[in-house]
Amino acid sequence: MPFNVLVTACLLYVIALFAVAFIVERRARLGRLGWLRSPLVYTLSLSIYCTAWTFYGAVGYAARSGLEYLTIYFGPTLVFIGWWLLLRKLVRIGRQYRVTSIADLISSRFGKSNTLGVIVTVIAVVAATPYIALQLQSVVLSFGVFASAAPDGLAPPDAGRTAIWVAVGLALFTILFGTRNLDAREQHHGIVTAIAVEAVVKLVALLAVGCFVVWGIADGVADVMARIDTAALPAWHVEPGRWGGLIFLAAAAVITLPRMFQVMVVENDDEAQLVRASWAFPLYLLLMSLFIVPIAVVGLERLPPGANPDMFVLTLPLAEGQGALAMLAFLGGFSSATSMVIVEAIALATMISNHIVIPLWLRLRPRAAASEDLRGVVLTARRLAIAAVLALGYGYYEVSGGYAALATIGLVAFLGAAQVLPALIAGLFWRGASRIGAMLGLITGFSVWAFTSFLPSFGPGAALSEAVFAEGLFGLAWLRPQALFGIEGMDPLMHAIFWSMLLNVVILCLGSLLSFPGPVERLQGAAFVNVFEGEVGPQRWARGQAEPEALLTMAQRILGEDAALALFQAAAREQGRDDLLPDPTPAFLDTLEARLSGTVGAATAHAMISQLVGRAMVTVDELMAVASESAQLMEYSAQLEAREAELTRTAGALREANEKLMLLSIQKDAFLSQISHELRTPMTSIRAFSEILTEGDLPPEVVTKYARIIYDEAKRLTRLLDDLLDLSVLENGTVQLTLGLAGLQQMLDTALTVARQTQPERSFTVHRDLLSEAIHLRTDADRLTQVLINLISNARKYCDAAKPELRIAVRQRAGRVTIDVIDNGRGIPQDAQSLIFEKFARLTDANRAGGAGLGLAICREIMTNLGGSVAYLPGQGGAAFRLTVPLRLEIRGDGPAGVSAGLLAGLSRGISEGG
Amino acid sequence: MATPKRPLFLARASYRRKRLRDAARLLPLVGLGLLLLPLLWLPEIRATLVAGDLIYMFSIWLVLIVVAAVFAPALRKRDGREVDED
Repeated sequence: MPFNVLVTACLLYVIALFAVAFIVERRARLGRLGWLRSPLVYTLSLSIYCTAWTFYGAVGYAARSGLEYLTIYFGPTLVFIGWWLLLRKLVRIGRQYRVTSIADLISSRFGKSNTLGVIVTVIAVVAATPYIALQLQSVVLSFGVFASAAPDGLAPPDAGRTAIWVAVGLALFTILFGTRNLDAREQHHGIVTAIAVEAVVKLVALLAVGCFVVWGIADGVADVMARIDTAALPAWHVEPGRWGGLIFLAAAAVITLPRMFQVMVVENDDEAQLVRASWAFPLYLLLMSLFIVPIAVVGLERLPPGANPDMFVLTLPLAEGQGALAMLAFLGGFSSATSMVIVEAIALATMISNHIVIPLWLRLRPRAAASEDLRGVVLTARRLAIAAVLALGYGYYEVSGGYAALATIGLVAFLGAAQVLPALIAGLFWRGASRIGAMLGLITGFSVWAFTSFLPSFGPGAALSEAVFAEGLFGLAWLRPQALFGIEGMDPLMHAIFWSMLLNVVILCLGSLLSFPGPVERLQGAAFVNVFEGEVGPQRWARGQAEPEALLTMAQRILGEDAALALFQAAAREQGRDDLLPDPTPAFLDTLEARLSGTVGAATAHAMISQLVGRAMVTVDELMAVASESAQLMEYSAQLEAREAELTRTAGALREANEKLMLLSIQKDAFLSQISHELRTPMTSIRAFSEILTEGDLPPEVVTKYARIIYDEAKRLTRLLDDLLDLSVLENGTVQLTLGLAGLQQMLDTALTVARQTQPERSFTVHRDLLSEAIHLRTDADRLTQVLINLISNARKYCDAAKPELRIAVRQRAGRVTIDVIDNGRGIPQDAQSLIFEKFARLTDANRAGGAGLGLAICREIMTNLGGSVAYLPGQGGAAFRLTVPLRLEIRGDGPAGVSAGLLAGLSRGISEGG
Repeated sequence: MATPKRPLFLARASYRRKRLRDAARLLPLVGLGLLLLPLLWLPEIRATLVAGDLIYMFSIWLVLIVVAAVFAPALRKRDGREVDED
């Protein structure tokens, strides 16, 4: 193909990209992005993971090492399908804290430390340089392939000149669209869209070549499969260490490569984009690698031995006479290289300007924060940084002279970027990770990587002398770059991965465990680790004495006049002010810092605001001191409050006790007067009749009658006293129970027999269910019988039905036995039901029948002592009482116990009269 | 700092959602396990690439993508308050 046609095609392609980026930028400025912010564009922009290394190099990789090329895609696939684990948090933090780059993330997580930002920036630049060189090299190689294929037309320039033209062109494009303006969040919609377009181009190109190979050269899928089997790709042997190690490396790189971080986190607008990408990006990767092996196998078959397998994608269509397809493939490779370089350069330039140039500038010119237009400085710094990054890449390409197979340099770069991973993961998930730890870990990892992987990649005798390779650094045998600590026989790359990551993690953990983080660091740590638990947002600014005007001036110089004015106006309106300038409240200062950090990075923004707020700013340490003082005060007042509450409680308890005592006293008085009344009535009649008897001269039958009355009254008196005694024994709990097994049926028989003595003239129909009564209880049989007698006698006494009936129902449930005694009388009125178990409670005097009103009170006490209860059962069509007793009573003092006097008295009374 | 009080029992819908998140967390581990299978091949026996290996790898890959695509929409739904890592 004529070289000039090729150049024209490239230029046309680049102009088309310009147009896309330009149109999108214009729409973005008008706020009409619409579908351009869709998950699809986001997913496609992630495809800058697939660089020219993938596009050309994967085929070479497959031709050399078989399936191993797949590991480079498996790593990202696992990271993305597991987005819920890590990426979700990363992206959320990126949005919430307006992170501008991976260096910014690490620096703000560890207390807005600019030193860390510098370290990460240096690592990123060093690791990216060979990678950029790799892209230049691939473009140069592809140009070389076309030029050699077509000797006519314009003479192609040599490789070095091609490289320099490509580098300059890319630098221009990047500067034009990457640094047109300073965005509050460092987003570049134009570039992202252009990259999405390039993603489509390279996918289509690779798929087209693949389809051509499978259906054009070979005879369909089956034929390709057969060819793969017969080709027996040479070096195909999975080294277990490499297989696992490379998957890890690729997974780490997809998170930490500056360009991936840029499109994945910084350019992210909302979570929906990530959700879609979680499966769509792996799908893209799958499609990209689908035809790699067929192309490699067919290429090895068709092309002369010695042909560079890295260029098969291009040379295979050319050899088959497919000029247009080759052109498409060429544009695909060109896309891969350019998109990677553009985004990488932007990401690195942001880091360099935010973490190195601007802090330096501010240090050299301390007044600059308030007095100069920093926007210009920032933009210039960015542009220079982009140029510098590309110059570095070109320099690396020139120095190394395009030596190694593409894959090797790519992996070295991956490992360099991966050194940030431990600090990143620890920062997101471990609050204890500290600045010191992160710093030491990064430096260690970086040094080990440089010594074991980066410097040796130049080849023996280049960066490291051959003596160092053979004998170790300073002649120390344990410091050989490919046999650290004297351990030999490892794959050099695995050796570097193992030692750099291991030492990185160990030092990070040790440093974190042994150091004590400052207040800002701890606040930031908590805010990052708990990003999903709502705002932990540290209140960083006290009400400063900064002049709002000075703040506005500074903000204008960074954000631009309109944006700054809008921000201040909104804040002023929020504070309820009519004029433009809001008060420098802490909340406002926080907002301002967040906005500024979106442009110049967290550490710089913090430093700039501190300069203006100046001495009036309360440092976090002072705040902590104030906080701990007020915490002490609060604790003291809390103690006072607690004491007061205790006093109130005590007073309440005393009042309650007093009321109880009063009540008891009243009850006691009532009880005594009741007792005296009950005792006086029989005493009166005894005295009266005995007085008559002492007078003599009475007929004998009258004497007998009077003596009978005296006897009856005395008996009643005795009974009353016995009941009282019994009750007091029961109430004091001093009663002794005689426990033993007894049949319930016998008890009921006894009770019914004894109770018949009460009003023997009435005949009751008794309903019993003998079967259910066949229960043996472990209880005090005499006491229980006494209660039964009392209840049955009461029924006999008070049941007013014409045909009185008595029903006894026994039920056993869950270790307890209930005995219901029910008659068919009128029952007890509702309002009296709660009274009947009280002492001296009698409902009517009509049916006194000689009772003192203590029977049910005694029953209740007995049942309590037996571990059961007695209750009135309403709604049974008559008076109904329910006894509940445990089937097996287990209490203190088993065995033969004496029967108390009260019991005896109660029993004898119960048997003789029925209470 | 005391951990915030979380409800002990959840409604069926939120319970399902939580288990789905568990599944989403497990997915990359399962994928890793399946993709690490080549570690078991003995280098002496498997000296060359066979088309079947390719088919195995791509099938696993595709299955992982499909499962992730099935999970994705449901994972986006939120319940009232967002609770992480539970």
